[in-house]
Formats: sequence, C-alpha cells, structure tokens
Amino acid sequence: MAKGSFTSHKPSERRRFIRSGFALAALLLASGSAWLPTAAASARRLRPPGALEEQDYLAACIKCGQCVQVCPVSALKLADLGDGFGIGAPYIDARAQACDFSCDAVQCILACPTGALTYHKPADLPTRQAMQVAAAPVLLAKKQDPEPTLNLKERMGIARLTTPDRCLARLGKGHRGPAREAGFSGQMRFMSVDRWKPIPLNDQPFEVEICDLCVRTCPIEGAIRMVALDAQRWTPEVLEPCLGCGVCEMACPTEPASITILPREGWPHA
Amino acid sequence: MHNRFSESWRQLLGLAPRKPAPAQQSVEAQTLHRMKQEDGERIEAFKAHRAEIVRSNKWRNRRWVVLIATNLLFVLSFWLDIQILEGSLTASRFLGFHMIDLNAALQVALAHKHIPINLIIGTVTIFLFWALLGGRAFCSWVCPYHLLAEWTEKLHQALAQRKLVTDHTFHRGLRSVLWLLFAVLALVTGYTVFETLSPTGILSRALIYGPGLGLTWVLLLLLFEVAYSRRAWCRYFCPIGLTYGAVGSVTPLQIGYRLDACFHEGDCRKVCLVPHVLDCVIKGRASATHINIGADCTRCGLCVDTCPTGSLRFEVRGLEKML
Repeated sequence: MAKGSFTSHKPSERRRFIRSGFALAALLLASGSAWLPTAAASARRLRPPGALEEQDYLAACIKCGQCVQVCPVSALKLADLGDGFGIGAPYIDARAQACDFSCDAVQCILACPTGALTYHKPADLPTRQAMQVAAAPVLLAKKQDPEPTLNLKERMGIARLTTPDRCLARLGKGHRGPAREAGFSGQMRFMSVDRWKPIPLNDQPFEVEICDLCVRTCPIEGAIRMVALDAQRWTPEVLEPCLGCGVCEMACPTEPASITILPREGWPHA
Repeated sequence: MHNRFSESWRQLLGLAPRKPAPAQQSVEAQTLHRMKQEDGERIEAFKAHRAEIVRSNKWRNRRWVVLIATNLLFVLSFWLDIQILEGSLTASRFLGFHMIDLNAALQVALAHKHIPINLIIGTVTIFLFWALLGGRAFCSWVCPYHLLAEWTEKLHQALAQRKLVTDHTFHRGLRSVLWLLFAVLALVTGYTVFETLSPTGILSRALIYGPGLGLTWVLLLLLFEVAYSRRAWCRYFCPIGLTYGAVGSVTPLQIGYRLDACFHEGDCRKVCLVPHVLDCVIKGRASATHINIGADCTRCGLCVDTCPTGSLRFEVRGLEKML
C-alpha cells in the first residue's frame, strides 16, 4: 500500500474509495436538486428595496438575515429550502406584511454587508430600464422634511389591479372598519398616529364612501390615484412613481387582494 | 527533519499521515522511543491503576458554554433587540463591526464576482480572529452543527457498542474534492450552491429567524451519522472545515504534544474527531519530543480532557519562549 496516496489496493480501502465516490455523487445530487425550485421559480419573490437583479441578487446575498433584523415592520422573511439556491435570501410577502418605508432610510440596504441590496448598483450590474424610477421618490411621511425623497433609484415591482371585478371602488362600494380580516397582524405607520412607531394596520379603522384604501395608505407621492369611471364607480390607477412596496396589496380589504404587486416587474415604457 | 508544516497540510487535504523514518526524528525523540521500549514494566504498572484516574470534562464544558453562549448571543441580539451580535453565522456585525464567515465569503465572491468593501473588512476581521484563535476552533467552539453532531455521536457509539451499527469511513480527501467542486459550482453557476447544503448556515438561521424545512436536511445528516458513519459531515464532507483548517495552519493557538510522559494508550485518538492529527502519539511515531498538533485539529480539547498523563495541552506557540 502506497502510504499517503489517494488510491490504494487493499480491499477495505477500495471499498472506502468507492463509498466516497457515492457520497460525492449524493452530495452533488443533493445540491444540484436545489436547481429545480430555482429554475421553476414557482414563487416569484418580491425582493427588498435596492435588490440587484435576481441572478445577481442570489449570487451576492450571503444569507445572513441582517436586513431582517433592522426592518421596523418585520417585512422581510428568509426563504426556505423550497426556494432552492435562494435558501436564506430575504423576500417580502406583501399581502402579509408590506414594506411601508417606515424606517425612512431603507435600513435593510444599509444593513446588507455584500451589496445584494444597495443604493448604488455597480456599473456592470445595471437594472432594467423599466425598474428605474424617473425621479427620486418622495416619501409622503417626509414631505415636510428638507429632504423628502427616498434614496432609491429602482422599484421592487409594480402594483396592478389584477382582479378589477373584485375592487370595491369599481363596484361603487365603500369600506367601513379595519382594512383586513380579524386577526390580521400586519403593521404600518400612520403619520397621524406616530411617525416613528408602526402600529397594526387593523388598529386604524377606515370609513370611506368609495373604497380608496390603496391610495390612502400608499407611502409614495403620486404613485396611485383614484379615477372616476362614471357617477358611482371609481378605479385606482397606478402611476409611474410606484415602487412596488406592496402597501396597497396589504391594505386592500377584498379577499384575495384586488390590487397586487407584480414582483420584479417594471413600469411599461412605450 | 520531519516537516510538520507540510505534514499538517497533507493531512488537512486528506492524505494519510506519514510515519517519520528514524532519520527524520530528533535525537531526543529517538532516545525517548528507545527508553520506552525498555520500560515496559512501568507502563504496565501505570495501566493497572489508570482506571482510578478520573476523566475530566473541563475543556468540553468550557467549549459547550462558549458555543451555546455565542449562538445565544446571536439569537438574543435579534429577539430582545439588544443588538450586540446581529446577523447569523454566515455574516454578522459585532457591535457594528463586520464579521463574515470565510467560506460564505468565498462562495459569494465566486458566485457574484464582485467583492464589496464590507465583504473584505468582515472577511479580514474573521481571518485574523481565527488565525489568532486556532482555525478550526470555529468548528468546535462556535458551529452549532458540531454540538448536535457531538451529541448524536454518543448515540452512534452506544449503538456501535451493541453492534447495531457500524462506522463506515470515507476517504478524507473527499472534503478537498467537495471544497473545490463547490468553489467551481459557485463560479460557474453564479449561485452560492453550497449554502443550500450547509447545516451551519441552516441551523444558525433556524435558531435566529425560526425553524424551516431546511432542518429536515440537518436531521437527515444526523441520522446518517448515527446509522452509518460517525461524524461523517465534519470529518469527510464539510468544506467550511477545510477553509478554517487552512487558517489554522498558521495559528499560534494549538494543542501541544509532549512525548516524554505519554504512555501511548491511544485514548486521545478514540475521542478525537480528526484522529489523523494525533498520528504522532502512536508509539514510535513522534518526530520530536514536543509537537504542535496539525491544522485539521479543531482545538476541541477532548484529547486534553482524556489524556491521563497531561501529555496533550492547549498551548500558544512561542508564548513560552517569550515568557
């Protein structure tokens, strides 16, 4: 037996060598199988603000969750094994808890150690044109501040009235009481209550003749407005400044939400 | 002379330990080896009463306290919002200072092909930290999977004693091959492929952010170790161990072996996660009277606790000379 060599001729050594080959194949197969959910992308995840484009994002994210820790409304969740190579990477389930920018400074971007979330995309990692906002977004909560804009140049997705038939405004209906079903725990900040402390969305009841909760709760100036269809019926209209934060989806009182975020989709340029 | 540094690296990469030829042994070591051969009576006498020696758990207990406290600090920093150690084992901030796991940093750098400044700062910090504190000490003093595997190892050994399971070994070179393959996979696919398998990352995140499906993979690994191969993940598979082992090849904090008092009973090798590093304690193998145990050693201290003669001790290389 050649001491110190990788191969050997003793039968027990040979068996071990074969066994090691099997282990190698099994581990590669196990890691390779994570490709399936990644490629299938069954759940198209909404990524936190400032995220790189998906492939770059998954490469850059070190799966540490520091972004999760700084979010004042706990909007960020870490993906599980079902997300394949995206395991441990943060995403937002807007219907359960949207990002309402109640941190003002986009804390998750500041927390990211690897630049998977970043204010300034490296020159060779540009985002699609549709993802870039025309002007610095004005945060309504900061409207009175000397610098009212969010330091954000790209959107996370775009809001769309995906099921208009269900929309209360389009049916000419109003809304009375909490936005969401009993037991809903999502939070957001209301400037009328406390600028620095988000409260449960359901603690702030609404009373509107024509439902406009998506417009009322939107944290960005000029991102959505109500448009009259006729004497009774109205519709929300999403505008270019929309960042896709998902507050409208969270606040929509219909079940499921009539207005939803299309993750990682941009403003359709002509 | 027998080159301990290259020997340490050969073992780290998975090659079998080499027995030094008499010519490669120091004169003092040769003299001691010869004396021991002529001193069989005294050794037998010692072995007769060694049952009375109480085995200490000093280092193991200290290590468990440190490991649990470190992971608890991660958990509480988030849960109680005390913000001392924020993040998880792949990357974190300690009182605001970036700390980034070397293997995770490598995966990200290869997949992303960009190295942001914070990644460099955190990686250098952690490199210096473990270069001082003993490389694979990360494994045994911090990694939560190590602790779980240590506990289930007892189950494996109990079953093995009743002949219900057998320990199947793998070639230790497998870890090096996996290290290389995962590096290439990250580079080629642009995904941090290893993170989907890393029980260290999965467990750390599960502890801090709540359990998930990923824990089933950790459970499978533990079952595999109980039923088929003792400590298989840490011994033969985990690339993180190799990364930190490389750091450990230059570290001053290590286990030191002294030939003179050793009775070569081999208790240390039985408890050791990486017994090849203790090849030098086998009768007649030591190339010098004082040997620094190699880079693959996790500095877990089980051998120190077990050694009935105090021949294995924690040491800081060069410290004695300085004092």
